Amino acid sequence: MTSGDPAGGHSDASISRKVRRLETLLEEKGVLTGTQLDEALDAFLAGASPASGARVVARAWTDAGFRSRLLADGTAAVRELGYMEGAEQRLRVVENTASTHNVIVCTLCSCYPLRLLGPSPSWYKSEAYRSRVVREPRAVLEEFGLRLPETTDITVWDSSAETRYMVLPRRPEGTQGLAEEELAALVTRNALIGTAVL
Amino acid sequence: MARINDVGGTQGFGPVDTTDDTEPFHADWEARVFGIWNALRAQGVFNLDEFRDTVESMPPTEYLATSYYERWYLALVALLERKGVIAPGELDEPGGAR
Repeated sequence: MTSGDPAGGHSDASISRKVRRLETLLEEKGVLTGTQLDEALDAFLAGASPASGARVVARAWTDAGFRSRLLADGTAAVRELGYMEGAEQRLRVVENTASTHNVIVCTLCSCYPLRLLGPSPSWYKSEAYRSRVVREPRAVLEEFGLRLPETTDITVWDSSAETRYMVLPRRPEGTQGLAEEELAALVTRNALIGTAVL
Repeated sequence: MARINDVGGTQGFGPVDTTDDTEPFHADWEARVFGIWNALRAQGVFNLDEFRDTVESMPPTEYLATSYYERWYLALVALLERKGVIAPGELDEPGGAR
């Protein structure tokens, strides 16, 4: 099974030529200009990074009021920080506790909180992850090197066209003295997906 | 009817390749496909649901044999043809397959 392999099953030169042909055709027809395409790409890449999700988490760790609002209505809370303006989807933030661990997936395709986490890793879009994390999450998390105690409940959240999820990881021990920016630097993308803890 | 993309709970896909790729795209053409998609969607040529439906109604053998952004390319072409933005066969290379 090589499906989902970033390199793909077909030759890179062939698909590359086909995409260029489509782009040229759309430009010839006046449907699209090269500038529009570049702008669409740049706008996306500029705005999307896991640093945004990390900033939201650090705020939640240091501001109890924000944390409550974030868990009650993720979309409204992250808009306070300037994220997800005009987004069509809702954000639901799910909190890890001493007894519960959360992990996110999109079994049907690749729905993901892009605006807070940036582009998703290849494994998130793979059939292996999508099919198995809902059936045997503990085994899948172990493949990421994350071994959770048997007593920890695992909740898997399946994203949809309307709702995106993000995990609020537990704040690491011994970080009481850290400033918000320092805390944000500790947060990894996989911790926001739930395939890692901090 | 279940579609091939509905893989939740399906067994047999093997271990997850957990390589932590931080680059959003692995080839320039993937970025171009994304850019075309984002620009056309912003212009209202199609919406997200139409696009997803097109990817998800791919024949199972084709779906499983293609990479993520190859599916996007194929769905873009199918959708643009269906909407009459491009004519069927218009992308064919002279003397070559599409």
